[in-house]
Amino acid sequence: MNASAALRAGVARGGRPPDTRASAAGIGLWVFMGVATALFSLFVMAYVMRMNGSDAVAIPLPWQLWLSSTLLAIGSVALQRSATAARGAEPARARRLLWAGGLCALAFLAVQLWAWQALTSTQVTPAGNPGAAFFYLLTAMHGLHVMGGLAAWAWTVHAAWPDPAAAAWRIALCARYWHFLLAVWGVLFALLGWVTPEVARAICGTP
Amino acid sequence: MKPATKKFLTHYVWSQDHKVIAIQYACTAIAVGLVGVVLSNLMRLQLGFPGQFEFINAERYYQFVTMHGMIMVIYLLTALFLGGFGNYLIPLMVGARDMVFPYLNMLSFWVYLLSVVVLMASFFVEGGPTGAGWTLYPPQSILPGTPGHAGGIVLMLVSLVIFIVATTMGGLNYVTTVLQARCEGMTLLRMPLTVWGIFVATILALLGFPALFVSGVMLLLDRTLGTSFFMPALVSMGQASGYKGGSPLLFQHLFWFFGHPEVYIVALPAFGIVSDLISVHARKSIFGYRMMVWAIVAIGGLSVVVWAHHMFVSGMNPYFGFFFATTTLIIAVPTAIKVYNWVLTLWHGDIHLSVPMLFALAFVCTFAIGGLTGLFLGNVSVDIPLSGTYFVVAHFHMVMGVAPLLVVFGGIYHWFPKITGRMLDDRIGKIHFWITFLGTYAIYFPMHYLGVLGMPRRYYSFEGYQFIPASAFSLNTFITVVALVVGAAQLLFVFNLAWSAWRGRPATANPWRAASLEWQTPTTPPGHGNWGPQLPVVYRWAYAYGVPGQGEDYIAQNAPPEAGGLEPEARGRSEGEARGAPA
Repeated sequence: MNASAALRAGVARGGRPPDTRASAAGIGLWVFMGVATALFSLFVMAYVMRMNGSDAVAIPLPWQLWLSSTLLAIGSVALQRSATAARGAEPARARRLLWAGGLCALAFLAVQLWAWQALTSTQVTPAGNPGAAFFYLLTAMHGLHVMGGLAAWAWTVHAAWPDPAAAAWRIALCARYWHFLLAVWGVLFALLGWVTPEVARAICGTP
Repeated sequence: MKPATKKFLTHYVWSQDHKVIAIQYACTAIAVGLVGVVLSNLMRLQLGFPGQFEFINAERYYQFVTMHGMIMVIYLLTALFLGGFGNYLIPLMVGARDMVFPYLNMLSFWVYLLSVVVLMASFFVEGGPTGAGWTLYPPQSILPGTPGHAGGIVLMLVSLVIFIVATTMGGLNYVTTVLQARCEGMTLLRMPLTVWGIFVATILALLGFPALFVSGVMLLLDRTLGTSFFMPALVSMGQASGYKGGSPLLFQHLFWFFGHPEVYIVALPAFGIVSDLISVHARKSIFGYRMMVWAIVAIGGLSVVVWAHHMFVSGMNPYFGFFFATTTLIIAVPTAIKVYNWVLTLWHGDIHLSVPMLFALAFVCTFAIGGLTGLFLGNVSVDIPLSGTYFVVAHFHMVMGVAPLLVVFGGIYHWFPKITGRMLDDRIGKIHFWITFLGTYAIYFPMHYLGVLGMPRRYYSFEGYQFIPASAFSLNTFITVVALVVGAAQLLFVFNLAWSAWRGRPATANPWRAASLEWQTPTTPPGHGNWGPQLPVVYRWAYAYGVPGQGEDYIAQNAPPEAGGLEPEARGRSEGEARGAPA
């Protein structure tokens, strides 16, 4: 079946040709990233306003966060390379890197939980002070977005396994989302680590 | 599973067809909206006949107030305009076969239904639903003195979070479909204003609802885990609470950063729909189409920088008060442009006073009056004395309660023939219209006077206030009687929907002789896939009415190019250019 016949058949079935689907999914993902950016920006603003309060104290961040950040970064690079390999007709390499990307994100979540455990073992609880409350809240929110990404990743593994080249656009979308998750995590990590009550007071102009 | 059962389930229950999902959304929203109407009537019973109904105690009264507000704003209007009208109309109006992500669209409805079920469940938990007021301001919303402290507030917050997930799934679909799935020739500036209104409202929802999500989640944690995001140190019912240092003002900022765009999430689709109704039923092209589009975009943009006008009484730096008052008043400019353009569209039009048109005209005057009182309240110095009174109740009910609902009714009367293949009954429609239109004026117009008298809103009873004259109580009784009549009249509408869907007069494919694409489907109601084997190709805008020298007084958007009727901006260009780039 040539391309135009396939297109006609797809249209007759009510479906759309794959390139349209890819670009629709691409736009959909940009829109979703816009929504998630709005969400995290509002959390960031709430954090700064709340850390301006007189009872706020900076909490010592557990060292595990550096490990988890590294894992997320590796996952992001792996998925990017997987998409390139899929487009370059290297299916085995694309599959390997696709797996690596997802597993890194899973490991990221595990290490984040480890960080939670490390923090709770030193009696830092959500109800204790706003810095801790935001730490748990922001890491949980980010973690939920990673889990959503993993669901999409699992679907991509399923769809791309037989022929990664045909599903390269799916892998590329996963990679884009992983970069986004990494960027958001970078901002949150910096926020939790360096926007201390003193900095928040300086931002809010509180004497 | 039997094939027939499976077919029923996939066609009507787990359907991925945008039209079925739209009907599911609309029916759920209307059902929950009727609960909202009943709650309002119960409130009015207490206000009109204080103390006569023993079961309406102060606690229940606040629960009715809260649930009425939240249901009407979020679960009825937002869901109906975006989930109902948006779902049905976007693909048909832009010439698409469906939403771009049909599965996500189906999920969106089921998640919305879950949010409604969770909300309704709060009526049945210990202590009943929350009575915190629809704004859910902490600290009172989660303290033991407020009704529904036990389970009600938790279910309310959980339901809101679920609703936001549903709206986001729907919103991704609407925006991407508009951007991506328009048929050939359907440029952005040829889309009907209905689509423009829903499109910009969806963008506002996608940006605004995260603020409600953030405030909702943080409030939920304050309530359940004892964090102090919003809760200051305080003594509650004689007991020191464990909270300390939280900022109630932070909640207000987050809430209104969502809450004000929410007004336009409801208003912009109404603006769009009413533009189309007026143009079709006045047989005249919309006046200043591009100006209307830019006004929608400008209102959408401005609506995210005015939120603190809801917080003038909370106190703020005077310069901020000045800023927010100014931005608020500037919104009047694009809004006034729209009102003028509606009136200019009607000018010298061939006005048909059909039921949809009656509702559209009623919208224009109701919205204008509600908007004018907004100019009062946008000024800090006028807002502060009026803000706690019935003047505000009158203002927001006119502008974002009644006005959008009139459009909902108008829109349903207008598109019902396409949805079901049958006409709604005209006589019942007219009775419904006149009772609703005149009735709502009789309800809300007097409230302005009560507000200027200083009658406080949110009060359960008004005994013992010297400054409230006896006539105010008579007026309250009058308002209650009318509210009961208007509430009951809505049953006429529900009856009309149910009866006409099966027994109504069969409709032709295009009973209003409308030019926009949804009326040009090969079958009525449109089948799954909407357009048969070939997608339509669009050659002009959706407002080609009364074109001189044509046999018919309208030219469909997909009529061949020789028929003429191009949008004003395209006239004089070559045919190839004017046809627009394929989407």
